[in-house]
Amino acid sequence: MKPAAFSYHRAHSVAGAVGLLTELGEDAKVIAGGQSLVAMMNFRLARPEHLIDITHVDGLSGIRRDGAALHLGALVTHRAVERADLGPEFRVLSEAMAWVGHLPIRTRGTVGGSIAHSDATAEWCLLAVLLDARIVAEGPAGRREIAAGEFFLGPYTTALEPDELIVEIVFPRPAPRAALTEYADRKGDFAIVAAAVDLDAPGGPRVVLGGVAPTPVSVAPRTGAGSRSPGEIVAAAVEVRDEPGISAHYRRGLVRTLVDRAWAEAAAR
Amino acid sequence: MNEAAFRKDGAWVGASVPRREDPRLLAGRGRFVDDITLPGMLHAQFVRSTEAHAEIRSVDLAEVRAVPGVVAAFDAADLDLRDITALLDRPAAEFVPTAMPVLARDRVRYVGEPVAIVVARDPYAAEDGLEAAVVEYAPLEPVVSDTAALAPGAPLVHAEAAANTLVDVSMFATEGIEETFAEAHTVVRVQTRTGRQNALPLETRGVVADWDDRDEQLRVQTCSQVPHQVRTVLARCVGLDEKRVRVTVPDMGGGFGQKCVVGREEIAAAAAALRLRRPVKWIEDRRDALTASFLAREQRYDVRAAFSADGEILGIDADVVCDMGAYSCYPFTAGIEPLMASAEMPSVYTVPAYRVRARAVTTNKAPTAPYRGVSRPQYVMVVERLFEKAARALGLDAVELRRRNLITTFPYTGVNAVTYDPGSYLESLDLCEATLREEGWFDRRAEPGRVVGIGFACFSERTGYGSGAFAQRRMAVVPGFDLSQITMDLDGTVAVTTGTLSHGQSHETTMAQIVADRLGLPYERVKIVQGDTDRITYGWGSFASRSITIGGSAVAAASVKLGERLREIAAHLLGTDLDSTALDGDGGVRAGDRRLSYAELADVAYLRSHLLPKGLDPGLSATASFDVDGDGTFSNATHGVVVELDPGTGGVRILRYVCVEDCGVAIHPQVVEGQARGGIAQGIAGALFEQVTYDEAGQPQAPSFMEYKVPTAAEIPDVRIEHLETPCAFTESGAKGAGEGGTIGAPAAVLNAVNDALRHTGTELDDTPIPRESIFRALEVGR
Repeated sequence: MKPAAFSYHRAHSVAGAVGLLTELGEDAKVIAGGQSLVAMMNFRLARPEHLIDITHVDGLSGIRRDGAALHLGALVTHRAVERADLGPEFRVLSEAMAWVGHLPIRTRGTVGGSIAHSDATAEWCLLAVLLDARIVAEGPAGRREIAAGEFFLGPYTTALEPDELIVEIVFPRPAPRAALTEYADRKGDFAIVAAAVDLDAPGGPRVVLGGVAPTPVSVAPRTGAGSRSPGEIVAAAVEVRDEPGISAHYRRGLVRTLVDRAWAEAAAR
Repeated sequence: MNEAAFRKDGAWVGASVPRREDPRLLAGRGRFVDDITLPGMLHAQFVRSTEAHAEIRSVDLAEVRAVPGVVAAFDAADLDLRDITALLDRPAAEFVPTAMPVLARDRVRYVGEPVAIVVARDPYAAEDGLEAAVVEYAPLEPVVSDTAALAPGAPLVHAEAAANTLVDVSMFATEGIEETFAEAHTVVRVQTRTGRQNALPLETRGVVADWDDRDEQLRVQTCSQVPHQVRTVLARCVGLDEKRVRVTVPDMGGGFGQKCVVGREEIAAAAAALRLRRPVKWIEDRRDALTASFLAREQRYDVRAAFSADGEILGIDADVVCDMGAYSCYPFTAGIEPLMASAEMPSVYTVPAYRVRARAVTTNKAPTAPYRGVSRPQYVMVVERLFEKAARALGLDAVELRRRNLITTFPYTGVNAVTYDPGSYLESLDLCEATLREEGWFDRRAEPGRVVGIGFACFSERTGYGSGAFAQRRMAVVPGFDLSQITMDLDGTVAVTTGTLSHGQSHETTMAQIVADRLGLPYERVKIVQGDTDRITYGWGSFASRSITIGGSAVAAASVKLGERLREIAAHLLGTDLDSTALDGDGGVRAGDRRLSYAELADVAYLRSHLLPKGLDPGLSATASFDVDGDGTFSNATHGVVVELDPGTGGVRILRYVCVEDCGVAIHPQVVEGQARGGIAQGIAGALFEQVTYDEAGQPQAPSFMEYKVPTAAEIPDVRIEHLETPCAFTESGAKGAGEGGTIGAPAAVLNAVNDALRHTGTELDDTPIPRESIFRALEVGR
């Protein structure tokens, strides 16, 4: 469990990091908290020839309100969000951080890193889709914004170009009635199923699920007339996979339970 | 003052004094194997089999040797070491010996089996080297479960072991047992499978070895519970005299049995150091620890119990199959688990009839070693489930049913020909139930809308197996005794050797407490010497809860002997007779109103030996040994657990855990409680979380902590521990062993609690770890 040899580069600015990415090409990987990448390197599942350390880049660690929107710098740690007072508008973000791994992971891991890693059960990926976040990336051609709904293409695959760096995640609208919950046998594990609910999403209540598909799944359940709970409606609407130890039936049951719980929590706000 | 008076009035035994180990460990100044760095030291890693079962066509290490930083690479042919073979003294129908080569030769039998050793200037280069190895395999059909192993026509893991069976014993068959079952009012049955686990010491295995030209000795610093056994095997494997091998053990971060067997890697790394004449370090990484180390626990039980109408147990009829993996471990062999289950299954109950067949089968999975509890967590779980099922069938309360059948008169000789010394079987059950009742948990269980269950487990555990008990198991290598040497220096302080060694159990504190009471010395003035084959004549190490019972008794006996010697010298110097002298409890010998301090006596013994009584050797030392006569001593406990199930997820939350334990005289109550808590955590892990899994091809599926779900502090509840004390009559301090009980009781208690919570559903879950999906489905039906 020792990584293969690599060259270490330290970037001191966004432009410098982008320059290195451009120069070193696909053999380079950006490292910040290293909470996913280093484990994969130790197993030699990832063998980047170059690591570009961005933790010394100034200006990427800010948590800032701009009107209704909340801006999180790419280097903001999970722990910083957990401890920040984001007000009732964005408390869902702070509260969701309790589900991210364990304290040491939250202390080192970053928002930008989690988004770039694109794990289908990662809290940040769910929250980004739930709240219509925009991922701000900088490349050789300058900055662009990518809607979260178009960002996550598959497991560990995103719309980011190899020479682009995530610099910021923008949550454009308050979500006072939103909640995230999940289930795993053990605290801190990747969720078997995670469910996030925003009752005030544009176009009506929105549910985003992790653990049911290769990317976060967004559902807008049409509740109202019937007697079925939101969880039952969502569980009936989504495709879930069967795998050894966790049948589709069980996973669907978890979807039902967790959606109802997140829904109730959001509604109680 | 005689020895008995010290025992009674001892200031040290029974006190939770500050642990002597803590200052260095808490400050990060301990010395573990990986803290050792020697000049010019190289780092080893192993080329490991990628196949579960295959013939080795060729091993090509030429490219490995060309990798920058790699210094050497050896396969089995290069090192040419003798195989490791563990033996039982049993006929061929009962036991088939199989050899475990240090490096695989001709054939591999599990994924992760060491095929070659790569030695490099750093661990990174060593891993680079592994990638360059070319091993050509001709795959064979793998055997990946005990049922597949026993299936007719199954491929053979070892050609010499027909039906893949290494051990097949039927130790007991009470006459008339068929009739007993045929005529019984109620017969209940448990069929269960317990998951394969990893003992998972926090510190993985590791070794540093180097050849010392000055001493002409291969020095091996290794992370082992059994240094003398490592020395013997290593000396034989490499062809050195035992005196040319010195095995020492530094601080250890746990062993739990995984390190009480001789590891192939420690032998190979030492052989490489000998060959290269350079220090070689091997530190097992976590992936290898999880997939290629010694594993444990995977067993299948099919057991019936017969009861009378009023709830009297009439008999137990058991079939046990233990999936031991690819090899028999040294020195215990694959017999350790089936023999333990066979010998002890009747547990704490008055079982009049007993029949058992127990087998060890070999499969293409990593081999197993004893793990804290050894079969007892499983058979206790089975027996306690039988009582729960019988209580339901008979319409009786399960606690009441236990009460009617517990052994209450001691000594009790069971149907298994084992004699149980006095314990508090009934008292611990009563106190455990009363505690949960007082705390209001039975009310919580009855609350509507909540899925709460309460489970109990009663058990005893034989601790400190003497040579007689091991001989009964017919081991060819029979552990048992312990030997201690105590030496007093000029200043009146002592050093005591013990053949046991602490891998986290605080021997430096607890053994010192025993000596302190015997000699009237503060425990700071007692140095415990352990884990060094050059300084300790012979030792069996630490396992089977033997350290305090056997090692502690040897230490006590040596102390008493030294005390007698001190009195002999004092009597001579003071011109009085021996009977008029006594140790004064404060570092001296008294005769009437005259006193000589130990330092004054040592002064004579070493510096003015002409003053010693005629015929007495100079110096101050004494040697004593201890072995258990007969069947040994049994600690006992009752565990009570309250769980709440989440119908929406199948999740399990432990609301309360109460452990009422009796290990006789607790030398250091805090250490005993630490043992109980840690053991209970490992037991809960087995019941609810951990499992080593393989796919159909025999590929391990849990190579990291993401898949191997060791519980964390968030899953393990606080434990209320209550002590009862039934002193052991024949250990020197009245202590019984306390190392394993927590692990033994927890799976049964947790499983019973979960099933109690499911009582309204009609579902019973008997396999471990309990799948959450099974709980979810059970509760879904009952919704």
